[in-house]
Amino acid sequence: MNESGRNDGKAPLVEVDGVEKVFHRGEEEIHVLMDLHLQVPAGEFLALMGPSGSGKSTLLNLIGGLDRPTRGTVRVGGESIDALSDRHLAAWRARHIGFVFQLYNLLPVLTAERNVELPLLLTHLSKAERIRHVEAALAVVGLTQRAKHFPRTLSGGEQQRVGIARGIVTDPTLLLCDEPTGDLDRKAGDEILDLLQALNREHGKTIIMVTHDPHASARASRTVYLNKGQLSAEPVK
Amino acid sequence: MKFLPLIWCNLMRKKTRTALTLLSIIVAFVLFGFLSAIKQALAGGISMAGLNRLVVRHKISIIQLLPESYKARMEKIPGVSLVAHQTFFGGVYQDSRQFFMQNPVVPEEFLEMHPEFVLAPEQKTAWLQARIGAIVGRKTADRFHWKIGDKVPLLSSIWAKNDGTRTWEFEIVGIFDGRDANTDTTPFFFRYDYFDESRRSGWGKGQVGWYTIRITDPDKSAEAAKLVDAEFENSAAETKTEPEGAFVQSWAKQIGDIAMITASILGAVFFTILLVTGNTISQSVRERTGELGVLKAVGFTNGQMLALVLAESCLLSILGGVLGLGIAKLLIARGDPTSGMLPRYFFTNGDLCVGMAASVALGLVTGVFPAVQAMRLKVADALRRI
Repeated sequence: MNESGRNDGKAPLVEVDGVEKVFHRGEEEIHVLMDLHLQVPAGEFLALMGPSGSGKSTLLNLIGGLDRPTRGTVRVGGESIDALSDRHLAAWRARHIGFVFQLYNLLPVLTAERNVELPLLLTHLSKAERIRHVEAALAVVGLTQRAKHFPRTLSGGEQQRVGIARGIVTDPTLLLCDEPTGDLDRKAGDEILDLLQALNREHGKTIIMVTHDPHASARASRTVYLNKGQLSAEPVK
Repeated sequence: MKFLPLIWCNLMRKKTRTALTLLSIIVAFVLFGFLSAIKQALAGGISMAGLNRLVVRHKISIIQLLPESYKARMEKIPGVSLVAHQTFFGGVYQDSRQFFMQNPVVPEEFLEMHPEFVLAPEQKTAWLQARIGAIVGRKTADRFHWKIGDKVPLLSSIWAKNDGTRTWEFEIVGIFDGRDANTDTTPFFFRYDYFDESRRSGWGKGQVGWYTIRITDPDKSAEAAKLVDAEFENSAAETKTEPEGAFVQSWAKQIGDIAMITASILGAVFFTILLVTGNTISQSVRERTGELGVLKAVGFTNGQMLALVLAESCLLSILGGVLGLGIAKLLIARGDPTSGMLPRYFFTNGDLCVGMAASVALGLVTGVFPAVQAMRLKVADALRRI
C-alpha cells in the first residue's frame, strides 16, 4: 500500500484498492490514476491536494460513484461500489454521499430551500418531513433567513452554504467537496471551512475535500497529495 | 406529484420561449378543432346514416330526376320494406345567404323512414291536415325565431309555381328535434302533394330527386341494391343504389376528399409544431447539461431523468392541447359560421379525445430524444460542463 494512504488504526470507511483510471482520447490512452491505494477512516476530514490535472477530481468522482475505475476496487462502508449497476449506484449515492461543488451547482430556477430539498425528493419522506429536514440543514449552515431566496440573489459564500446544506440534508455517510472555497474570497472561504470543520467535529461527518489551497488543507485532519496519478504523504517539489 | 414544481420551474426558465412555443401549440390545436368541425359538417352525415337504409338515385347524377312511379315498383322488390322520396328544393329565406335544406316529402312515409326526426303527434296530425304545412328542425326554427303558425315564404332557384312566380309560402305546423345529439335539425320539410300540384308543368312534374328505401336485412344491402338497379336497367332513368352513408359521402365528395384535405393540413401543422416543440425541449435540455449532472450526482436514476424530461415536454404539449382544444370548443359552440351551409358544424367528443391523444403523443415524440440524451448523460462529463 502507498504510504500516504495508510490509516492510523480506525476502521476505514473508504477503501480505494489498486485503482487505475484510464481515459481515451482517440487512439491515445491517458493514465490519470495508477495503482492507487487510500483508506479514509470514518469521521476523518481528509484534504486531497495536487496540481491541476493530477487526478484529484477523478479520484473524488470514483469515491462518490460518479465514475467507475478502469481497474481496482472502491469500497465505501464495506460495499464495493464499482460492482453496482447504474440504477443501484444512483440509489447508493442518494443514500450515502453528499456533494459540494466548487461552483455551487445550484439550480437557478429553484429557491434555496427547493435546492436543498432536491435529494429528499428521492426519499419516501412526506412533504412535512422534507420541510423539517430542509429547515434543519439550512439552520446548520446559518441560512434560515435566506430560504426563500433564489441563488442569483445570494452571495457566493451563501450559495456555497446552500450547496453544503443540500449535501448534508440526507445525513449522508460521506461528504465529498470539490474545491469548495475555490470560487470564494478569503473571508467567505474561511467561513465555509469553519462550517466544514464544524460538520466534521460536531456532527461527526467524514469529509474528503479536494483543494489547491494549503490554507484550506490546513483545516483538515490529514492531507494527502496526488501527483501524476499517484498519492504521497508529502507535496511533490 | 412532488416532482411537479421542479418540472414547472424548468419550463418557466425561459418564459418567453416557453410562452411562444405554448402559443404555437395552442394555435395548432385550435386549427385542429376547426378542421375537425368542418370535416364533421361535410362528412359527418356518413356516420349518422341508417345502416338499413339505401338511397336510390339517377345513375348519371344526383341532379337527374327519377319517375315517381318507381316507388310502387321498388315496394315489390324482395327485401324492401319501405320506400320514401325527397326532392331538392333549393330555396332561400329572405336573403340568398340564408340557406338551409328544404325538401318536399310524403309525410307519413318520410317520418316512418326517419325516426331520428322526433315530431310531436299533434304536430304530425296538423301536418297531415294542412296542405301548405311544413315542419322545420329546431336549429333553423331557433335561427329565424319561427314558431308554429308562422307563414314562411321561400324563394326557390329551381322550382317555379304554376303562376310563374318562384316564391312559395308555407305554414309552420311542427318543429322537430333530433333523436341523437348529432342529428341534423336544420332541414325543412313540406308536403310533396302541394309541391307537385303547384310546380309549373314541364320539367320535373311527376318526378322526384331520389328515393330512400328501408331493407329488412342490413347484411344483405348489396344484394338489395343490385335487385333495385336491375329492376330499372335499360329504362330511360337507370338507377344507382348505395348505402345512405355512401350517398352522403358522394355529396361531400363534390367538394373534395374532405378527410384527405383535413389530414394533409393537420399533418403539415403538426409536423411544424413537432419541430418547434422538439427544438425548444432539446435546447432547454442542452442548456442545462450541468444541472442534469447535479441531479444525477444527488441520486436521480437514468429512468427518473428520462421521466423528468418527458414529463416536461408532455406538460407543455398537454397544456397547449387543453387550452387549444378548449378555445376551439368555445368558438365552434358559437355555431355554424356559414349561416346554414354547414348544419353539422360541431366539435364532437370523439374528435376532442383524438385531440387530447394527439397532445400526449406530441409531448412524447418531442421529448423522447432529449430525454434519452439526458438519460445517457455521464455525470462526471456533465459536471465538467457547468
